[in-house]
Amino acid sequence: MAVVFQGIGATAALTSATSVDSKKLYILSRRLVSETKSTFMVVRSDGRLNSGSNRRAQKLITNAVATKADSSPATKPGHELLLFEALREGLEEEMERDARVCVMGEDVGHYGGSYKVTKDLANKYGDLRVLDTPIAENSFTGMAIGAAMTGLRPIVEGMNMGFLLLAFNQISNNCGMLHYTSGGQFTIPVVIRGPGGVGRQLGAEHSQRLESYFQSIPGIQMVACSTPYNAKGLMKAAIRSENPVILFEHVLLYNLKERIPDEEYILNLEEAEMVRPGEHITILTYSRMRYHVMQAAKTLVNKGYDPEVIDIRSLKPFDLHTIGNSVKKTHRVLIVEECMRTGGIGASLTAAINEYFHDYLDAPVVCLSSQDVPTPYAGTLEEWTVVQPTQIVTAVEQLCR
Amino acid sequence: MALTHRSTNLLKPLSAAVPFTSSLRRLFSTDDATAITVETSVPFTGHKCDPPPRTIDTTPKELMTFFRDMATMRRMEIAADSLYKAKLIRGFCHLYDGQEAVAVGMEAAITKKDCIITAYRDHCIFLGRGGTLVEAFTELMGRRDGCSRGKGGSMHFYKKESGFYGGHGIVGAQVPLGIGLAFAQKYSKEEHVAFALYGDGAANQGQLFEALNMAALWDLPAILVCENNHYGMGTAEWRAAKSPAYYKRGDYVPGLKVDGMDAFAVKQACKFAKEHALKNGPIILEMDTYRYHGHSMSDPGSTYRTRDEISGVRQERDPLERIRKLILSHDIATEKELKDIEKEIRKEVDEAIAQAKESPMPDPSELFTNVYVKGFGVQSFGADRKEVRAILP
Repeated sequence: MAVVFQGIGATAALTSATSVDSKKLYILSRRLVSETKSTFMVVRSDGRLNSGSNRRAQKLITNAVATKADSSPATKPGHELLLFEALREGLEEEMERDARVCVMGEDVGHYGGSYKVTKDLANKYGDLRVLDTPIAENSFTGMAIGAAMTGLRPIVEGMNMGFLLLAFNQISNNCGMLHYTSGGQFTIPVVIRGPGGVGRQLGAEHSQRLESYFQSIPGIQMVACSTPYNAKGLMKAAIRSENPVILFEHVLLYNLKERIPDEEYILNLEEAEMVRPGEHITILTYSRMRYHVMQAAKTLVNKGYDPEVIDIRSLKPFDLHTIGNSVKKTHRVLIVEECMRTGGIGASLTAAINEYFHDYLDAPVVCLSSQDVPTPYAGTLEEWTVVQPTQIVTAVEQLCR
Repeated sequence: MALTHRSTNLLKPLSAAVPFTSSLRRLFSTDDATAITVETSVPFTGHKCDPPPRTIDTTPKELMTFFRDMATMRRMEIAADSLYKAKLIRGFCHLYDGQEAVAVGMEAAITKKDCIITAYRDHCIFLGRGGTLVEAFTELMGRRDGCSRGKGGSMHFYKKESGFYGGHGIVGAQVPLGIGLAFAQKYSKEEHVAFALYGDGAANQGQLFEALNMAALWDLPAILVCENNHYGMGTAEWRAAKSPAYYKRGDYVPGLKVDGMDAFAVKQACKFAKEHALKNGPIILEMDTYRYHGHSMSDPGSTYRTRDEISGVRQERDPLERIRKLILSHDIATEKELKDIEKEIRKEVDEAIAQAKESPMPDPSELFTNVYVKGFGVQSFGADRKEVRAILP
């Protein structure tokens, strides 16, 4: 039941500069499409795929879609929902499918989750499967890992990602390393998720970006969702994965609305998303900064630039394939992230790009990150801690000079 | 080899009697028939529970098994000591000799479906759970055929099929994992328990109390066992804990204090604890035990305690000696036979070491295996990835 679907507009999107790669991809996608029995096609959740004039429709989209639906492509309207509802949908579908999937965290049960991601699940599945834990991150994360060693598939919810710093030992030593130190005997199919990032004046301790701390832990995978479509897909993929996955959500993105397909779909954990193909510069981003970048992209397009925006989604490992193809096309890279400057995801990505694609770069890799300061409470100061669209526009202009 | 010789002797008709054979018949004919009643060295002390009785029934076979298992464990640890000094074992090596009764007694009370998780002093518990000497020594020497393929080391022995969950280096971190094992058992509605072992040093960790709170809240079948050898590395228990009565530390969770040098006391306590945990939730067992070696091989073990103390415990409370005395006093075997068993074990251990030494080092490609599970089927080969494949399960 293998399904990889490379998007019908795949070949058109890539220019002749990368023709070799695109042919390979095209051939691959054709072969894979013909190999599978059912048709499945939900390429873009807004369903605007078939309008040929719209440039966005021709982008390379890589989605792994599961089974069924011999229905006509892209006419299913799907349903509209908010990001936290998409997460809940994904979670519920997986809990329905596999009795070993369980959730544990603070206030996930009776309260319904502090961001309503687990609302009503306790009524449906019971108190043991949607477990309200006491405020003891270190031990309930450890408990989830111990349960995973026996074959359960727990999902640990950190009420705020910052609280999971208390569980760092469990995540690093037990979660990440047990598969290796036991010589492959134990798998830890745990999902650790929670909202992080800078919110609206939440204060320094509640505005942390832990992806920079967790990125060096060997044995874990990290993904960051940014839209309802990829939130549901990544949630399902993370639950089905045999590896421990940390799913980073963002406090400010929970109320984003989008139309997502009715059919079941799962996204690839290690793949980046092409948000907007372009020619002049590659902008790599993830999570909330995607929206700042798209806002800046509007201004840039008016000014005559053509940025290619990629939502990297997979923070560990990086999807160097998609990123590489983009760099080979545009020769300029701008990374926009919400992590701190020192030791953040952008820092690692800069190093990786410089190492692998140095010959393709026409300009140094520029990384726009948050300032190396604790997030202040004052609104204006907080605004300047993170990267703003105006800064992105300036950076692109400077790079593309 | 000596054992096969003996069994062929047994098959000979009685008329071909040799004085040797008659003692053998005594050894093996009283296998399961007679029940022997032993008493534990000291009565149990309970906290919020009624302690089990002091008298335990056992059989000669069990006594001999205890003797053999403990002698094997003792021999393995001493051999590991020499191997460490010969620089064949590197890094940290924490030895368990002196504490064998806990491992052996616990195994006798439970099944392989019950889980055990412990900290870094795990060689003997691994053996008790069904690990072989060869697996242990090859892992200690970092060879490919070790139980963790040479990638774990002394502190990371695991045996999934017999419910041994390791083998953990960070003090106290295994207790929440143990609670997780109990959670999974409750979730899957199995009638099994999880034993989470920790030391007197780890008893002061906060995550222990967090875990205990959760276990008590949800009635998880978890048994927390404090192997109190009275020294947390170099710090004596009275210098580290305001209340060294670790079995009482659970407050609302019942506890039992057990003489950890008496294998039968341990067995009785574990049986009691298992019944309790399946009905009422968590219970704490404090095993009063002692380690002869230092904390690890880099610790001489005599800077914070006197040699008189160590030899005193060895003389009065040694677990192996206790079983030996029981066997001799009940005429189950002669002193010579026990010595022969010990010689045999020594030979077994030496052979295992020889076999382990021949095992090759792991292949360099092993560096990258088992970091991730390729469960989801997606393969990425770095920047030059040639294929993108996603296979849904």
